[in-house]
Amino acid sequence: MKQPRTPDDRLLSAAGRQLSAYALMAIAFLIVLMFILNWLAGLTSSSSGMSRFGVDVENNSINAFLRNEPPQMDTMRSTDAISGVVLGHVMEGLLRYDENGELVAGIAERWEQNGTEITYWLRDNARWSNGDPVTAHDFEFAWKKVLEPATASQYSFILYPILNAEKANQGELPVDAVGVRALDDKTLQVTLEAPIAYFDRIVAFVTFLPAQKEFFEQTQGRYGADADKMLYNGPFMMTSWVHGASLRLERNPFYWDPSRAKLDAINFAHMTSDSNTLLNLFKDGQIALTDLTTQMLEEAMFQRWPLERFAEGTVFFTDLNHRPERLTSNFNLRKALQLAQDSDELVNRVIKLPGYLPGISMFPEWVQGVNGLLREEFPPAVHRRNVPLAREHLQKALDELGLERLPPLVLLSGDTPVARLQAEYYQELWRRELGIEIRIDEQTFRQRLDKMSAGDFDLVLSGWGPDYNDGLTFADLYASWNLNNRGRYINPELDAYVRIAQTSLDQVERVRAFGMIQQIVYDDVVHISNYERGYVYSTDPRLKGVVRRVFGAETDYSYAWIEAEAN
Amino acid sequence: MAAYVLKRILQGVLTVWFIATATFLAMHNVPGDPLSGERATNAAIQANLEARYGLDKPLTEQYLIYLGNMMRGDFGISFTQQNREVNDIIREHFPVSATLGILAVTFAALGGILWGALTSLYRNRMPDYVIMFLVILGISVPSFVFAALGQLALVNLNSLLGVSVLPVAGWGTVSHMILPALVLGLGTMAYLTRLMRSSMLEVMTADYIRTAKAKGLTPTRIFTRHQLRNAVLPVVTVLGPAIAAITTGGFVVELVFAIPGLGRYFVQAVQQLDYTVIMGTTVFYGAFLVFMVILVDLIYGWIDPRVRLK
Repeated sequence: MKQPRTPDDRLLSAAGRQLSAYALMAIAFLIVLMFILNWLAGLTSSSSGMSRFGVDVENNSINAFLRNEPPQMDTMRSTDAISGVVLGHVMEGLLRYDENGELVAGIAERWEQNGTEITYWLRDNARWSNGDPVTAHDFEFAWKKVLEPATASQYSFILYPILNAEKANQGELPVDAVGVRALDDKTLQVTLEAPIAYFDRIVAFVTFLPAQKEFFEQTQGRYGADADKMLYNGPFMMTSWVHGASLRLERNPFYWDPSRAKLDAINFAHMTSDSNTLLNLFKDGQIALTDLTTQMLEEAMFQRWPLERFAEGTVFFTDLNHRPERLTSNFNLRKALQLAQDSDELVNRVIKLPGYLPGISMFPEWVQGVNGLLREEFPPAVHRRNVPLAREHLQKALDELGLERLPPLVLLSGDTPVARLQAEYYQELWRRELGIEIRIDEQTFRQRLDKMSAGDFDLVLSGWGPDYNDGLTFADLYASWNLNNRGRYINPELDAYVRIAQTSLDQVERVRAFGMIQQIVYDDVVHISNYERGYVYSTDPRLKGVVRRVFGAETDYSYAWIEAEAN
Repeated sequence: MAAYVLKRILQGVLTVWFIATATFLAMHNVPGDPLSGERATNAAIQANLEARYGLDKPLTEQYLIYLGNMMRGDFGISFTQQNREVNDIIREHFPVSATLGILAVTFAALGGILWGALTSLYRNRMPDYVIMFLVILGISVPSFVFAALGQLALVNLNSLLGVSVLPVAGWGTVSHMILPALVLGLGTMAYLTRLMRSSMLEVMTADYIRTAKAKGLTPTRIFTRHQLRNAVLPVVTVLGPAIAAITTGGFVVELVFAIPGLGRYFVQAVQQLDYTVIMGTTVFYGAFLVFMVILVDLIYGWIDPRVRLK
């Protein structure tokens, strides 16, 4: 039986009708609002020419990602790896790295070193993206600009092997006194402070890239801030840069080698470091390549994606404080800490990220010896965990220090998830095996650097990435004069080997010095090796020829091409 | 009225000045050097850098220079993006955050009012219980969880249907905005639903509703004119701060959906100790928040004359 309708019921149904009417109006309003916003957004940002597909066969273009917004493209001041990826596509120096990571002729067709004098002969057909020829003057201008104190370039030190470069950078000499000179449009002459064997490897670094003076001055301090505020001489050129959102590279029609670039366009369509977002974009077919974390490997295997591993070329280690007032200046204590740990366990049981390798040396695996890998010619010391021996060393250390018990040691660490895991691993390990209390001092990036420079730590989780393809980029790390030697390790024997590696023109002698330094760093426990960072990644099967390497652009699409039928 | 407005604006300026000063002092007292990098710099390079950014001057002088520049609306050059002005960063990225924020607040306000009204009508019945359960969920679950789940659901939906219904991440068209705005507005929507519900219930038992019923007004008129309109007032009050909170607090959503909003720069600047960007964004956001609060006060005074007189 139906209940009689009360006034309240009537109110309710009337209200319900009203509410549904309002809901419809709200939806209509939202749709209108979205179209207005869409129109407004179109005014502020443009994603024109961008495809939604990771691999766009029709337009011969790809979509990729950058981990973050590149801070700037000004090669004279750039320091970071993300700018390096973009610059590796749009710029070319005298020399460059090819798809196998070998140094080859770039803008310079050939070069000749004669003691301290190096002469570079530039290609006649090398051009900027506006059609102007790339001249020796462009290199001279850029290098001198880097050294001008007012430029305040953080990487100016990399030019210091050049005659008078350091003095000019300190303002003691005018930049005109620097040993770089364009003899004519196509000949560049460089004079070094002293003859060194590895200058051609340094010269491939971004700080040595050229810039056209007239164009640079037109930009009035905004060189490299936007896509149209720069000239390009690489296989690609930047045609749009929506800050924080996307960056588009198109094939540079003026590049000297028309056969190099096979893609018409590379869209860095997303800028994010969120690994889940990247995986989702990859699954949705919107980007052509993604890095994978351990949790994603299972899914990747289930989807039968091709997996590849890439070692980034950096080493990570725990630096010890060797300042005399610190307990860690005691050799036996350092040895005890070293013997109790095992980088294999750290990498495979604790960090568990795909692509990571256990650290066994201060030199990463790729460093070259005389004919092959340094690691084959001078194998690193074999490390075996030995807790009883570690305890003996600890006892000796306590006797030498005149201590009953060791006060807690401070382990300075970064705030990344990996650093946190690592710090907690060591805290637990050394407490369990040696009874040493570790106090973890977790700091953000700049605060950690501050404490490192001030020597406010006993142990610090640290790392080092190479600047150029020569063992010296690692070998001089613990030289007594190196400012990056944050633990102030001082050893005349090691210094002597560093000097040999720096000044000798004999590669056999240099590599032997690397080997000796490697041995000292292990034997004297200058630091404790942790791991070498790497990535496991998947590429869209239609995209071939992507290069990932230590030098040049870390991820390089400039040699890549699309094979449509492959699946 | 004019005196009231003037007083509020002066208070606002004072607040912004206080924010600027406090941020300046706090920032310079945080250990760490904004010019340091992974590579140690030698004394010459360090001196060159400090001179470029004026960090070689005493702190009081830096403060005065900073205040002077701020008056002229010049926040200086970013430390990390060494050839971009902070003004450029704000001008390019705030519209993105604001667009996302406006859409999210609209979602939240419309949704909150409608759901709130609905639950109050169905008080203590099934729809009420279901919606209020979802509301508790919406209030307690942080937005980054919704962001990740929403994105994952979208990927699976896209691959299930074989076509891209909505883009998974990115920015540029309205299709990019829908999911992030929904996710960003969800928490506020839940909060507003609860607010609207209790406000409606209060109004329903009010004397003037009984009077309206006794007068024999049509149910439609009673609901729209007397219930809904009175109940919506508290929602308007919290809307101003909500707009500011959503616009400034969207950085996690911006990160997950790879949206080029200002929130990301704000957070990164703090992490990297980018002095000029920290100052610029803090003062800008502070001023924005103060402005929204004043605006709501003025609107409220206009809606409810009793407020103005005090």
